[in-house]
Amino acid sequence: MTYQFDFSALLPYWPLFLEGVWLTLKLSALATIFGFVVGTLCAVARAEGPRWLKTVVAIYVEMIRNTPLLVQIFLVYFGFASLGLKVTANTAAVAALVVNVGAYTCEIVRAGLESIHKSQLEAAECLGLTRTQTYWHVIVRPAIERVYPALTSQYVLLMLASSITSQISAEELTAVANRIQSDTFRSFETYIVTGVLYIILSFVVRLAFTLFALVIFPRRRKLGTAI
Amino acid sequence: MSLTPVHIEFIATGALWTVGLSAIAFVGGSILGFALALARISPVPFVRRCAGTYIQIVQGTPLLVTLFLFYFGLAVVGFDSLPAIVAAGLGLVIYSSAFLAEIWRGCLESVPKTQWEAAECLALTRWQRMVRVILPQAMRIATAPTVGFLVQIVKNTSLASVVGFVELAQAGKLVNNTIFEPFTVFIVVAAFYFVICYPLSAWSRSLERKLNAGRR
Amino acid sequence: MPAVVSLSNVHKSFGALQVLKGVSFDVAAGEVVAVIGASGSGKSTALRCINALETIDSGEIVVCGHKVHDPELDRRALRRDVGIVFQSYNLFPHLTVAQNIMLAPTCVKDMGKAEARRLAEEVLAKVGLAEKADNYPEQLSGGQQQRVAIARSLAMQPKLMLFDEVTSALDPQLTGEVLRVMEDLARGGMSMILVTHEMAFARKVASKVIFMHQGKVWETGPGAMLANPQTKELAEFLSNDL
Repeated sequence: MTYQFDFSALLPYWPLFLEGVWLTLKLSALATIFGFVVGTLCAVARAEGPRWLKTVVAIYVEMIRNTPLLVQIFLVYFGFASLGLKVTANTAAVAALVVNVGAYTCEIVRAGLESIHKSQLEAAECLGLTRTQTYWHVIVRPAIERVYPALTSQYVLLMLASSITSQISAEELTAVANRIQSDTFRSFETYIVTGVLYIILSFVVRLAFTLFALVIFPRRRKLGTAI
Repeated sequence: MSLTPVHIEFIATGALWTVGLSAIAFVGGSILGFALALARISPVPFVRRCAGTYIQIVQGTPLLVTLFLFYFGLAVVGFDSLPAIVAAGLGLVIYSSAFLAEIWRGCLESVPKTQWEAAECLALTRWQRMVRVILPQAMRIATAPTVGFLVQIVKNTSLASVVGFVELAQAGKLVNNTIFEPFTVFIVVAAFYFVICYPLSAWSRSLERKLNAGRR
Repeated sequence: MPAVVSLSNVHKSFGALQVLKGVSFDVAAGEVVAVIGASGSGKSTALRCINALETIDSGEIVVCGHKVHDPELDRRALRRDVGIVFQSYNLFPHLTVAQNIMLAPTCVKDMGKAEARRLAEEVLAKVGLAEKADNYPEQLSGGQQQRVAIARSLAMQPKLMLFDEVTSALDPQLTGEVLRVMEDLARGGMSMILVTHEMAFARKVASKVIFMHQGKVWETGPGAMLANPQTKELAEFLSNDL
C-alpha cells in the first residue's frame, strides 16, 4: 500500500468538526423531543382513540416503517416547497426526523402500554381516579419506564441516522465532513475522523439517556432495576 | 414535464438493483454475522471482546459514513476504478453483519442454559451441542427478528445512492433531474419501497405471533 | 339499622355461563360479612358486582345509597365510598408505598401533597408499616404488600371495605399479619364484606356468614353456623376444606 495517511491536513478544521458535532446533537435532540411527543400521542391514539383515528395512525406507522428515511427526507423537503412553504434545510430535516422517529416511538410505546396488566387499571378505577388520571399515572408513566431501554436504542439510531439529512444540505456533522473533504481532498481521513466522532457521540448520547433515567425514574435510582 | 412510462420503467429497474443489493448485504452479512454471533458467546474472553468491539464500532458509525469510508478507502488501497456496487455491497455487508450478530447472539442466549447442560451430559462435543441442540431452537426464535431486519437492509440500501450506485433511490434522483417533479417522483419511489418492504414486515409480524402462540 | 349494601335478586352471566342466579342479601352498617363457597360458586363475582366492576343482568344493588344497577350510576362517587382489596394486591410498581397511598387522595379529593403524605403515614401506622413509606412494593413481602393495599383503600376513608380473597396468594405465616389488620378494622366498626377461604377467621370475626353454592345464597347465619351446618352442601364444603 502506497497511500500516505495525512491527518495533519485536517488539524485546522477542528473547530469546524466540533461545530458539526454540536449541530448534530442539536438536530437529534430536537427530533428526539418532538418525535417522543408525537410517537406517544400516536400510541395513545392507537390504543384508545376512535376507530378512524386508529386506522390513520396505523397507516402512518406502516408507511414510515416500510420506506427509507432518505426518501422521507426528500419528500418532506420537496413537499414543503410544493406547498409553497419556504423552509430551511434544517427545518425540513427536523420535520422529517420527527415524522420518522415518531412512528418507531409509537410502536415501542404501544408495546409498553400493552404490557401494563389490566388489574392495574382496575385498582386505579376502584380508587376513584378518572380515566385520564388512570391513564397518565398508572399506564403511560410505568409503560414508558418499561420501554425506556428500547427508546434509548431508537434515539441513538436516530442520532446516527440524522447524518442522512446531509443529503438535503442540512447543517450537521456529515455535511460538515463533506465540506471538509472537498476542501482538503483528504476524503478517507476526513471520514475516519467523522466515524470516530459519531462513535463517541453514540456513547455520549447513551450515557446521557442513562443519567436522565436516574433523574426521571426515582425507582431506578433507588433499586437499579427495571420494572 | 411529467412522469412517463419510460421513467417508471427506469425506476423499476432501480428497484431490481435494490433487491439485488439487499440480497448481497443479507447473504454476506449473514455469513459474517453468524461467525460474529458465535464469537460473542465464545468461551475465550479475547475472542468475545474482539467481536464486541467490532460490533460497537460498526453500530456506532452511521451507515452513510461507513459507505463513504469504503468508497474512498477502496480508492486509497489502489482499487480506484471499481464499480460502485463493490463499495456499496461491502459497506452494507459490514453494517448488516454487526446487527445480525447482535440479534442472533440474543437468540442463542435465549435458549435455556439447561439445554446446554443436558446436551453436555449426553457427552456431545461442543460442535454437536451447537448444531444438534442449540441452533435448531435458536433458529425458531431468530426467524421473526431476522426477517424484520431484512426490512432495515432494504431501506438502507437507499444510501448506496451516495456513492453513485443506481438503485431505487438514485434512479428516482436521476429521473427527477430530467423532469423536476421531485414530489411525484419520490412518492413513486416510496411506493416501490413499500411494495418490497411491507410483505416482509407483515411476514415478520406473523412469524412473531406464531412463535408467541407456540410458547403459551 | 340502615343497610350499607343491599342485593336483591341479582342475576349475572358470562356468555352462556350463569354465575349469579338471583342473589339477595343485606349488610348493615358496622357489620362484617364473610362470603364463603367453592370456587365457581359466584362469591367473587358478587363482590365485584357490588363495586360495579361487573355489570349485572338483572336485579338491584344499592351500596351506600348508590344505585349500582342503574346505567346512569356515577362510578367515581360509588368508589369514594367503597374500598376494595384484591387477591393480587395490585399495587403500582413504579410508585413508592407512600405514593401508592397518596395517589387517590391527591387525584380524587384534590388533597395537598403534604396533607396526603401525613394521611399516608397515618394509615400506614394503622397497618403497622410506618417505616416502609419510602420503599417500593417489590421490596416488601407479599403480606406487607397486601397491608399496603389495605392502607391505600383506607386512605380514601371508605364507608365499606371489600376484600376479595386477600390472603389466597400468601404463605400461611404471612396470612396472619394481614388477618390481624382486618380484625382491627372490624373491631373499629368498619362495614366489611370479605370473600375468604379462612374459615377460622370467618368464624371469629364475621357477624354474618353467607355460604354461596351454584350461584345462589345457600345458607346464611352467624359465625357459629360453621360449627353446625344446616344444609348438606355446606357440610360437604366444610369437610372438604379441612
